[in-house]
Amino acid sequence: MGEFKVHRVRFFDYMPSAISAMAFNVHTERLAVARADGTVEIYNFADNCFQEKVIPGKDGRTVEALCWAGQRLFSTGLNGEIVEYDLENLRSKYTVEAYGGPVWTISSNSQGTQLAVGCEDGTVKIFELVEDSIQFQSNFDRLKSRVLSLSWHPSGTQIAAGTMDMIRVFNVTTGETCTALLQMMVDRAAGANKKKEVAVWSVVFLSDNTVISGDSAGKVQVWDSQMGTLIRTHLVTKWDVMALAVSRDESSLLAGTSEGSVVQFQFISARLDQPDKEWQRTRTLRSHSHDVRALVHTDTAAVSGGNDAHLVVRPFMEKVVKGSKESAPCKITFPHRSLVSCGKKAGILLFQFPERLEVWRLGESNENGIPGEELSVTKKPEALIHLKRKGDDHICCSTLSPCGGWLAYASASSVRLFQLQYDNDSIALTKVKLPKVLRWANQLCFSADSSRLFASFSQSSVLVFALSKSEAKYVHTLKPKSVSKQAVHLMSTSDDGQWLATANSDCEVHVYNLKKLKYHCTVPVYGSCPSAMAIHPTGSNVVMVHADQKIFEYSLEQKEYTEWSRSLAKKGLHGSWLNRVAPVTHVSFSASNPDYIILHDMNMFCIIDKSLPLPEKDSDLCNQNQLRSMNEAARVKDSHAFKICEMFKNLLCVGLMEDHSLVVVERPLLDIATRLPAPVRQKKFAT
Amino acid sequence: MVAHADTRVVHRGGSKINFRAPVITQDSRFLICVSGECIKVFSTSTEECIHHLQGHKELVTGLVLNPSNHLQVFSCSEDGTIRLWDFTDGILIRVTLLHLKTPSTLHSVPGHCKKFGLVSLNLPPSVEQHVMVKGHTIVFQSVSTDPKCIAFGQGVRMHALTHSLTHSLTHSHTVFGFALGTSGEMAARNAFTCVACHPKDDCIATGHGDGKIRLWRNFNQEKEYTFSTVHWHHSGVNALCFTPEGTNLLSGGLESVLVQWRYGQEGQKDFLPRLGSSIKEIVVSPDGSLFCTSHTDNKITVIKNCTKVSAVIQGLVHGDGVKTALMVDPRTKALVLNGKPGHLQFYSLQRDQQLYNLDIVQQEYINQSNLDQFEVVKAALDSRGSWLATVEQRSAKEVEISLKLWAFDEHTQSFVLNTTISAPHDGPISEICFSPSSQNSTTLVSVSLDGHFKAWQLTQPDPSDGKQSDEEASWSCDFVGDYHSLEPKCCCFSADGSLLAVSFKEVVTVWSPASWDLLTTLSQPPGAIQDLCFGRLSCSKYLLGATDKNLCCWNLLTCSLEWSTALDVSLLLADPLSENVACPFLFVFRPSEPRPHFSQQALCTGRVTRAVFAPRDEPLDGCEESSQWLNRSQLYFLTHNMELLTFLTKPEEERLMALSKQVAVLKKHKQEFLHTSCLLFISLFISQFALTLSAIMTLVLSILT
Repeated sequence: MGEFKVHRVRFFDYMPSAISAMAFNVHTERLAVARADGTVEIYNFADNCFQEKVIPGKDGRTVEALCWAGQRLFSTGLNGEIVEYDLENLRSKYTVEAYGGPVWTISSNSQGTQLAVGCEDGTVKIFELVEDSIQFQSNFDRLKSRVLSLSWHPSGTQIAAGTMDMIRVFNVTTGETCTALLQMMVDRAAGANKKKEVAVWSVVFLSDNTVISGDSAGKVQVWDSQMGTLIRTHLVTKWDVMALAVSRDESSLLAGTSEGSVVQFQFISARLDQPDKEWQRTRTLRSHSHDVRALVHTDTAAVSGGNDAHLVVRPFMEKVVKGSKESAPCKITFPHRSLVSCGKKAGILLFQFPERLEVWRLGESNENGIPGEELSVTKKPEALIHLKRKGDDHICCSTLSPCGGWLAYASASSVRLFQLQYDNDSIALTKVKLPKVLRWANQLCFSADSSRLFASFSQSSVLVFALSKSEAKYVHTLKPKSVSKQAVHLMSTSDDGQWLATANSDCEVHVYNLKKLKYHCTVPVYGSCPSAMAIHPTGSNVVMVHADQKIFEYSLEQKEYTEWSRSLAKKGLHGSWLNRVAPVTHVSFSASNPDYIILHDMNMFCIIDKSLPLPEKDSDLCNQNQLRSMNEAARVKDSHAFKICEMFKNLLCVGLMEDHSLVVVERPLLDIATRLPAPVRQKKFAT
Repeated sequence: MVAHADTRVVHRGGSKINFRAPVITQDSRFLICVSGECIKVFSTSTEECIHHLQGHKELVTGLVLNPSNHLQVFSCSEDGTIRLWDFTDGILIRVTLLHLKTPSTLHSVPGHCKKFGLVSLNLPPSVEQHVMVKGHTIVFQSVSTDPKCIAFGQGVRMHALTHSLTHSLTHSHTVFGFALGTSGEMAARNAFTCVACHPKDDCIATGHGDGKIRLWRNFNQEKEYTFSTVHWHHSGVNALCFTPEGTNLLSGGLESVLVQWRYGQEGQKDFLPRLGSSIKEIVVSPDGSLFCTSHTDNKITVIKNCTKVSAVIQGLVHGDGVKTALMVDPRTKALVLNGKPGHLQFYSLQRDQQLYNLDIVQQEYINQSNLDQFEVVKAALDSRGSWLATVEQRSAKEVEISLKLWAFDEHTQSFVLNTTISAPHDGPISEICFSPSSQNSTTLVSVSLDGHFKAWQLTQPDPSDGKQSDEEASWSCDFVGDYHSLEPKCCCFSADGSLLAVSFKEVVTVWSPASWDLLTTLSQPPGAIQDLCFGRLSCSKYLLGATDKNLCCWNLLTCSLEWSTALDVSLLLADPLSENVACPFLFVFRPSEPRPHFSQQALCTGRVTRAVFAPRDEPLDGCEESSQWLNRSQLYFLTHNMELLTFLTKPEEERLMALSKQVAVLKKHKQEFLHTSCLLFISLFISQFALTLSAIMTLVLSILT
């Protein structure tokens, strides 16, 4: 083994969408992230920031603000609607029109009983949460201009609203401006921008009645809301302060700017022996190249996202144990699920975009070369199909059969199946009708012989369809023996067509026997969500890699963990393997050697050779380059099961084709950066 | 070799006034700074030096105002004493002898013998003039030797220190250490360089090698400390200082810009640019009205009202090294040598003050390493001081040379460029000298490694030309000489200008400047000639030549070797006012007799590279024989680390002592004594070899409350 012909694919021009809003649920440790195309992603911070759920967007729906009310997630956008999401079936539950023009902001009180929205027409509206819906309650005094930001006082009796040029504090029960307080006028920028209105992009209401505002003149201002007076102004940037976030204990505040920096403020005393505290500017974190639009202050980290589409988690060193996994900064750019499907036998790739699908044929080369050499291409890679989706809902999943003859995709409102016929140079795409029973699906998967299509449906059930010449026939519904209502996010069949495994975000892995079309078993539930999973083609073992980087192999016939898996658990994984930040997103096997497990994450791919000893704790995990320079005897002595290749970066997919060549789909971050709009101008030294 | 106890080598002027941060007095009228073994008191308004406080036997290493009497200043020195001075009258009040050489001290700091420690001493209230202090407590066992790395905040409540990458802090005897990231490419550059404490708030500012300034807060906890970073300097921050009220933070570095940050609103900052050279220290007067920056070119700038440079006190510029020989300007009796890059400085030895800088290169100096810039490598003055010749050289890929001739302008009392000769030779010029003839026709001889020597002469523009001669007289080449295509090394005119000796490797050729005939050749192999020198006055018939191994003396009348002696000499110096010739390390002799009448070895540590005889204003009346050679001229010499040293004879010393004693007796009734006990923090240096405390490096003082 060891040597592969590699297709280095860089023509998947995947473009992550800008992050527009974020909301963090402290109790469940879930972070909701909204992107500019309307997608909402849920990250589990208790489980290594794993992207647990993705709710696909919809044309015409933008998300300006997100908020959690208890376990419920709400969003608003410029279309003037309030949306509640169904987090089990990964779709929107219902929408409520706010009747105030575009809605800029939404915020719930700390009790989770009321929602406040700020509208374009200058009104603040209060909605009451009732079971399975929300109900309009009251309107506050109308302000002169649009309400851009809202913040509840922790007691739930007052709301601070930021508009153009001023901040107003309302009494929630009366809906009037608080008596003691008129309004806090925000200074405009000096100089030429004097005439321009200042937008108060963000306000934070603290329990000691301090209001902190961030505005488009680049100021972070601290106000006393009872007196309506300005306490302190920090000029942070020449551009806008887009977002503010405060820690739970109200001792630290983050401000995100258009320059891409995040500035931290801390509530500390000037003299160590005196109790008087004030907000002092401390650290500056620079992790973005573009505007920071959304910020979250967790107990241990600053989470920021913005127009450059990266989600950055920067831990505060004083809050975490040094050297632990928590202390590693983490930058999430790619989704934690595969957007690429390989037609293994046909040499065809399917790329999934929110609004279209692309099918490509890989290039060919007749040459053979030495390792590291670039081979000349005799036949160039070729785009076969651009398939535009129908309807407003974005594509949530897609799949290509291994033979390349079938293609299926699903959105929140429809599932479509196509048959592809290759006729030398021309391609025929024929739509195949699916039975009405399948209105939508979370995951789609073809069997290895392309004779069946599996679609995961609500409550982790799987619908089985038999595919024949130009027809899809409903066969059966597989149902797990559990009560979990969570959606399936991983699905895998075995090559021999006997097994189907599904994983859902409750960390359950269910296995079905396809021959008997019935539920077979459930793998013992592990505390971390599986991030990749595959069934071994010959051994009837399922290999799962979890978000905490643990690897398990479970024998389906014996219904127990295999010997190798147990020895791995006993010995423990290598420290540098466990400390990796990016989760493994794909597992596959080698047809030639049953001992090989091929897996990859965003930064590397790895072949695990089960026949070799596991790495020792103190040995080097990535030792491939060293081994190459050693002699034969030393190489045998030093080699271990984890063969890691870091040659390719920013990986979206690594797949092994039938002809034993490797497909590596890369998306260089630099290519993404060049397609972003130009960032705000900054004076840099020596330019 | 007799030991000459009656002459002593002393620092004489030119000492570093920027060695330690200066002190501004309470009323902002005086500026006190260390200067070698003495302390100087300058007026902040007139730049005049008012007092020399002399008394320390070794380098003065620290200065601090007496907090209980603002008319007094403490100083400490490597001689192990702390002295208290009245700086308004310039008298010594008290000497405190530190008694730190006890073995118990050494046992208490095992393993730290090579490092500096910060100790606190209790100065007992005493009326005696000499006090001995025995006990001390060690505050820190290893600190940086640079006082910039130690700062005290708010009385004795806390003080912060930096060394290498950790930043430690004591707060009533609990020590906190804060470290920055030590891995990656950042680590090499983010080392601490200096520290300052806010006078009111608990905030510490630190400067870093990468130009950042960090403001630390909340540092009474091991983990929850926090800092903010501001960045303007592009290279290391050399100095930091808070203003007395703590409203502003001043910083300076290589950019020679004083940056003023608003405390609390660090985004706003003011600049005072073009301060001449890299800032080393910043001091603010106690009332906040004066800022004072000391610079690497031995300069102290006084800045008034944050914006205006009101006074500049310039000492001898210690550049990268003296490429030119030391010269004495016959007009001003000033020492002429390399100063700032591309400049020549004229330095008055009598007044210990720089007179002026002459910009030779006349190009912008770009402060960047690895950049080849023009340097002044040779300079010569003629005997009346009316002409100055300079050679500047840049050795990038090819050697670029230009020879410039400057005429003294009586009107502006300065040198004005007369002629620029670019590429006067094909190779580097090894020596230039003017003929000493007193007629108008002055000749300059330049000797180059390209195998030629050239004579240059001032030619008046032809009056017969008919045109009105707007042109001034300019210099042009008169003669090109060589000898068997050997490389010439040095040249020398006889005292009357009738003979020119040029050395070509082992051979000395003697030419007549009048006709440019080769008169004779002299040689004494082996060894190439390193330096040539004609005897003066009664010994003018002798020509001295120094080779690697021998010192030879030829009689020019007989054209034969008079005497030679095996001696490693690289430099020969003739006293223009006597027959004496000196060759450092040090022999003084007359060419007529091969016996030194003064010799002294181990003048100072390090090799003497440059020396010059400076004529005295009034000759000393002859006293003892061994110091008679110093009667008419004084010998100044530069060591390799740019210290200007000279010989001081006993009568001179006695005269100086008598002067200062007189003052002391007159003002004795004015003496005041300390009434409060003071806590002195002194960092001690424990020598590596002798395991004794040999030097006291820093002195910082704060009142025990």
